[in-house]
Amino acid sequence: MPAAAPPPEALRAPLVVEFPFTRSLGPVQSAFLTGLRERTVLGVRTEAGGVLVPPVEYDPVTAAELRELVEVAPTGTVTTWAWNPEPRRGQPLETPFAWVLVRLDGADTALLHALDAPGPEAVRTGLRVRIRWAAERSGAITDIACFEPYEGDESTREREPAPHEGGFEEPVTGIVAPARLDYTYSPGRAQTRYLHGLAERRTVGERCPSCAKVYVPPRGACPTCGVATTDRVEVGPRGTVTTFCIVNIKAKNLDIEVPYVYAHIALDGAGLALHGRIAGIPYDEVRMGLRVEPVWSEDGRYPDHYRPTGETDADYDTYKELL
Amino acid sequence: MSRDVAIVAFAQSDHRRHTDDLSEVEMVMPVLHEVQRRTGLKAADIGFTCSGSSDYLAGRAFSFTMALDGVGAWPPISESHVETDGAWALYEAWVKLLTGEADTALVYSYGKSSGGSVRDVLTRQLDPYYLAPLWPDSVALAALQAQALVDAGDTDEPALAAIAARSREDARTNPHAQLPGARPQGGYAVRPLRTGDCPPVGDGAAAVILAAGDRARELCERPAWIRGMDHRIEAHSLGVRDLTDSPSTRLAAERAGAFDGPVDTAELHAPFTSQEVVLRKALRLDDSVRVNPSGGALAANPVMAAGLIRLGEAAARIHRGESDRALAHATSGPCLQQNLVAVLEGETRAR
Repeated sequence: MPAAAPPPEALRAPLVVEFPFTRSLGPVQSAFLTGLRERTVLGVRTEAGGVLVPPVEYDPVTAAELRELVEVAPTGTVTTWAWNPEPRRGQPLETPFAWVLVRLDGADTALLHALDAPGPEAVRTGLRVRIRWAAERSGAITDIACFEPYEGDESTREREPAPHEGGFEEPVTGIVAPARLDYTYSPGRAQTRYLHGLAERRTVGERCPSCAKVYVPPRGACPTCGVATTDRVEVGPRGTVTTFCIVNIKAKNLDIEVPYVYAHIALDGAGLALHGRIAGIPYDEVRMGLRVEPVWSEDGRYPDHYRPTGETDADYDTYKELL
Repeated sequence: MSRDVAIVAFAQSDHRRHTDDLSEVEMVMPVLHEVQRRTGLKAADIGFTCSGSSDYLAGRAFSFTMALDGVGAWPPISESHVETDGAWALYEAWVKLLTGEADTALVYSYGKSSGGSVRDVLTRQLDPYYLAPLWPDSVALAALQAQALVDAGDTDEPALAAIAARSREDARTNPHAQLPGARPQGGYAVRPLRTGDCPPVGDGAAAVILAAGDRARELCERPAWIRGMDHRIEAHSLGVRDLTDSPSTRLAAERAGAFDGPVDTAELHAPFTSQEVVLRKALRLDDSVRVNPSGGALAANPVMAAGLIRLGEAAARIHRGESDRALAHATSGPCLQQNLVAVLEGETRAR
């Protein structure tokens, strides 16, 4: 097969990475987030006497442990803003809004959130705003639905924050923050060629031009020599079990009965073993040296598993370097 | 023991909006080979290897281990990785050479942002309790900083547009740039930042080789000696910081010796035009200093490599004799959260 064949069309597939981050809270964070649930905003006083909102467990300047909670007002002043014409997934509002840093009355630092305003002309630094509470609150920063412009009672503006014990019924002790990121996966030159080969039920590795080792599947580089693998080499279809294990724990969403055998298989001509499941033989009869061949998946895109060929077992010396 | 360490070679890829045809290792390998070729070093000759990248960009777990395939890491090499910009990998390698445990080091980094949405991906680096649940994207946070600068009278939209235009005009002479040549500022991305105030999204890689003492002189005609390097970080919460200033940059610069004498060149890692305003103030750069002759991050911003590229570009100007004393800066995190400053010098040339 000539190495200079034109590169096949790049493959692409959607890839979603989704995970819930479960995090525990320190005593200050717990009081703050529980307070939001109860429509109460707490700050923490620093050694120097300032009030941090949102509050943190340790002083950002001195690193001292902070525990002295105070209650601040749900009204405040915009310290900077930015108009967001196209809200993105997960952001607090679905219609255009302003990102704002708001210094709540009684606080010395600012909190980041969204401001619901009709347009950028309605927003300025110094604007007075108040919290719009979410209808359903669970003890999270999103219990603040957003801020909204506020022209009302100014008496809270200069009021000293009142001490607060921070005690609430059923305090929240943790948060679960779901995260989802969407990607388009493209496997690159070597793996694209490999996947195109599999679609034709052929297993095609790539040879290192320096050490001549044939990598299956190829990843584009020889990790020993640090150079691009170039020549394409069809291997198999038959191979030898070099080592194996017996799986006794059923994996979630996997429709395979346990126990089953998962093996390293050195396809004939390959310079290293790949992974595969062994079937078509009782699990306790699988052995090192067993000769196997692929059984392709129904759509023919990849080997579903490998089964015995019936050949005599391979001699240990023929595969000992591939273990 | 005191040792002098220099950047002796630098290479970078062409930065592109998409690299669907390349895996990460396929993108990285050519720049690794280029710095090896320039120095004549092979993998086995290099005492320490350190890389910088983030799996979140392309959504591939442990992708840095795959990229390591391009180094030639067998038999096992002395190797490390940082999950941030490669400038911090260079810092680690510099320290390793200062200890005397190695005489040469390979540093590389790469970012393949095209597979995902980098604006959203970067929200995952934020405070998970108070910020990340709101998904404030990187452009939004930079825009809050820009508005604070406008309110303080430090800049305005025409001044920001001038920074964008100058950067991309300078990038005309940079064959690797993604956005060479000035272009319209466009509409607001997040007001007050327009599209032109924001960096391009793209993929790219970079590599440098460090060497100590006489080894550096053997490998490079005019090494770029690292006279000092330091990195510092701001308070975690954006609402605690004065977004119009960067005390961490100033402190890092002091510790790196940046104020001990004038520099002729500064490569600043300012992905947004407004951040150049902050950095110029923090670093006390006046108009006598050539800022970002490469075009900077506004012309090419492969996330995780763009900071290392600032160090590489500054060093390359010293290699070519176009600078005698240069400052290089790298940043990480929202609104210039963490900052690294290095001072590079070339030895006086023979007349």
